[in-house]
Amino acid sequence: MIALLLILVPLVSGLVTFCIKREEQVRTWSLLSAIITFIIAILGVAVYSTPDSWTFKAQWMGLLNSSFSLGGDGMGIMLCMLTALSYPVIFLSTWTTAYKKINNFFGLMLLAQAGMMGVFLAMDALLFYFFWELALIPVYFICSQWGGEKRIAVTFKFFIYTFIGSLLMLVGILYISSKTAGNSFDITAFYNTGLAPKEQGWLFWLFFVAFAVKMPVFPFHTWQPDTYQQAPIAGTMVLSALMVKMGVMGLLRWLLPVLPVASYSWGDTVSTMAVTGIVYASLIALRQNDMKRLVAYSSIAHIGLMCLAVFAEDKSALQGTLIQMFSHGINILGMWMIVAVIERKFGTTKMSDLGGIAQKAPALAFFFVIIAFANIALPLTNAFIGEFMMFNGILSSGVTQYGIPLMATAGLGIILGAVYTLNMGRRVFFGNTNALTEKGTDITFHEKAVLAIIVGAILIIGVYPQPLLHSFDQISQSILKHSDVLYLLKKH
Amino acid sequence: MNAVIISGLLGVVMMFTSFLSKTKAPVRVLAIAGAILLLIANVLESKGVHFFSINTSGFMAFNSYSLFFNSIAIFATLVFFLISSKDMQKVGDHYAEYFALLFFILSGIFLVTSFTSLLILFIGIEIISIPLYILTGSAKKDLKSNEAALKYFLMGSFSTGIMLMGIALIYGATGTFDIEKMNLAQLMKSHLLTAGMLMLLFSMCFKVSIAPFHFWTPDVYDGAPNVFTSFMATIVKVGIFIGFIHLFYTAFNQLTLQWKVWMAVLAALTLFIGNITAVFQQSVKRMLAYSSISQAGFMLFALVAMNETSYEGLLIYSLAYCLATIGVFGVVSKMTDYSFDGFNGLAKHHPLVALCVTIYMLSLAGIPMTAGFLAKFYMLKAVIQSGGYLWLVIFGVLMAAVSAYYYFRVIQAMYFKDGPDNFTGISSFEKGVLIAICILVVLIGLFPNIVFSYLYF
Repeated sequence: MIALLLILVPLVSGLVTFCIKREEQVRTWSLLSAIITFIIAILGVAVYSTPDSWTFKAQWMGLLNSSFSLGGDGMGIMLCMLTALSYPVIFLSTWTTAYKKINNFFGLMLLAQAGMMGVFLAMDALLFYFFWELALIPVYFICSQWGGEKRIAVTFKFFIYTFIGSLLMLVGILYISSKTAGNSFDITAFYNTGLAPKEQGWLFWLFFVAFAVKMPVFPFHTWQPDTYQQAPIAGTMVLSALMVKMGVMGLLRWLLPVLPVASYSWGDTVSTMAVTGIVYASLIALRQNDMKRLVAYSSIAHIGLMCLAVFAEDKSALQGTLIQMFSHGINILGMWMIVAVIERKFGTTKMSDLGGIAQKAPALAFFFVIIAFANIALPLTNAFIGEFMMFNGILSSGVTQYGIPLMATAGLGIILGAVYTLNMGRRVFFGNTNALTEKGTDITFHEKAVLAIIVGAILIIGVYPQPLLHSFDQISQSILKHSDVLYLLKKH
Repeated sequence: MNAVIISGLLGVVMMFTSFLSKTKAPVRVLAIAGAILLLIANVLESKGVHFFSINTSGFMAFNSYSLFFNSIAIFATLVFFLISSKDMQKVGDHYAEYFALLFFILSGIFLVTSFTSLLILFIGIEIISIPLYILTGSAKKDLKSNEAALKYFLMGSFSTGIMLMGIALIYGATGTFDIEKMNLAQLMKSHLLTAGMLMLLFSMCFKVSIAPFHFWTPDVYDGAPNVFTSFMATIVKVGIFIGFIHLFYTAFNQLTLQWKVWMAVLAALTLFIGNITAVFQQSVKRMLAYSSISQAGFMLFALVAMNETSYEGLLIYSLAYCLATIGVFGVVSKMTDYSFDGFNGLAKHHPLVALCVTIYMLSLAGIPMTAGFLAKFYMLKAVIQSGGYLWLVIFGVLMAAVSAYYYFRVIQAMYFKDGPDNFTGISSFEKGVLIAICILVVLIGLFPNIVFSYLYF
């Protein structure tokens, strides 16, 4: 029931939002809906912690052997929680941003939320595909209508990239379903297909491309920096904090367990792509002058590391990935908030035009420093736990022989990450003020409050990650069990 | 049989109404009432109520499949009447005659969907084609329309000749016109039969504009008055497709197995040419013409797959494609500027109409939650189930992504660009029909069961 509510509340309230006329009402209504969703998610985690309360199954497309089947495992619940938490933060942090046709904007945002919740909870492949697209379409409209100057072309590129990816995935889904008993789309049926290694080999790419575009993994990332730069900041937040996780989750739930042999045999190829992406994106980030593009490229590097860890197929690496999915969502949300505040205050995100903001806005600088530390995974911040476990897992991974070179190259990403993040801090916040930043003021109370939530989450998870890690125990075990290649190879 | 005879009679009745009524409104009302009557008669027939007891054995067989498709065709025609019948006034003075011709075409379609004798197929195709030639040239003072009609007529007659030749050769090889009695298994290697089948295939491909027999399509669709293009591109096309699959599924099933690869090549070629050319169009109307070619490529998947799923899938495809395309044309024909730029800012001036067009476009592009997705899904599933031809499936989805490019161009124009109002307005009734189509498109996309369990399964 919880699962159903998490989808229904934003869906219905999103549809209602389209009909509301007055601006104030639209904002209040959307925020209320986001908060209710958040409360439902908390209740789901706290009060009803048995997995059964997250399951829901109903007849849907009987003709196609597909059912409306939802379920929550550690990963799904965590991602729903992240989505539910992010939305109020996003709405609050963009509270004063003016939008044309505001009802459409918030309506689409809520529809996207419903779509993402569905993606995280779907336990039926066709339903998963439905929600996958439901999440994409509103974001396409959000970015194209409310974005920057080059928004139409840029968003269109993003749309076509992801659409090609998802269509290929659809072919894969159809193929696997035709191999299951009774042409089912159920996730357990998918897990038990036992496809021949040769079939898995090419099916792997049908799925991987869809997920890789969404994440994005090098070389499928070319849409990302432009889109992040052009999209309205709320859209960018949704894209980078949440939609990216759809790709990582896809790998963990739909790729590794369904096509274990192929994941094993293509693992090194994909890992190489991921590592290339890490170094490549970090190097480009170093040279950026625009804060938005810098954050966008840094995100490619972070996601690359997650991809690398996923294909290490090691318990520590998987738990690291899961916790990093949550942490990255929070950190990047904070990063975008700071960028948004700066853009609103000074009308630019070009680092060369800024400087010395810390003198005028000490609170903003304070929050920035903590979020930046989290971004470079300093101890006591949330990202440290994730990255440490991921690196640990990659090193001790049993499925790749290249653990050390992969780790060493990926490690460059951390060093470069520190360089560009601190460099951004130095150029934007420290040094002398100029004519533009001279007139800057500090952030308002409610901005402080929202940033405090983010920083609080960063520190709490950084200091005491145990409960979160504990909740990932079962799911990472189960992913590893389904994708235990050595066992499967013996069976074949 | 109900539908064939009643639609023929309705055609005759409509011819006379132009003498009896000076104004146009009664004609329109009569036509719409006729379509409703036809729908009721056909649904009753599928429930076992026959108004006429005519022995058609050896010529036609009405099974639940063909009856269900006929219902779809009549329903689509009804929607077409509701949304476009006023626009037919703009074409010329012979308002009632247009309806008469449309009813004749419908009765031709019923013949084509239910034939068992090749002769009936031929007659049906001709009953469809000749009124179409006339309708294409119905804007008599428009040179483009005249040219289109002439082109269509010449090419059409040529293909009819080929079809007749093919039927003659098949008759020579098998000694019968009855597709159920042909014993093809023994004749597999007969050159006469092969030649005959090829000719039949080519002419059918021409009628549904499969590449490389599609050259007439853009010119004819562009030249013909908008309202009739809408009818031609949807109801007529899918009607002949049903005949097409019926022919190959029943008569040439074993032969087709060997030919499958060629069917697949034709499908791929059609998708490629239709989609790539559509990308470069500047006029929405021409884009729709090429997109209809590409949609035919997807429908051809049914002939590649040749299984239950494809047989049923074609019904869903027909319904989804007809609804969305009729809706789009209903809007396009009320525009003063057919180019993509003509759609600029439509969302600002007419938000509801723009929303409807968006949903149609999403459906045509095959986005989930619309009927169009389900249609494409069925076709892909059918081919995958038949085993093999994965290259075609992957090629198909890549082409679907290309099609998203031009369908979304319309959405972009409507929502993200500004421009003057080129929409000539729409009555609130027509607006209601547009919205009803939208609801239907989404409803079928979300719950296909509610439609299909009531009607067919």
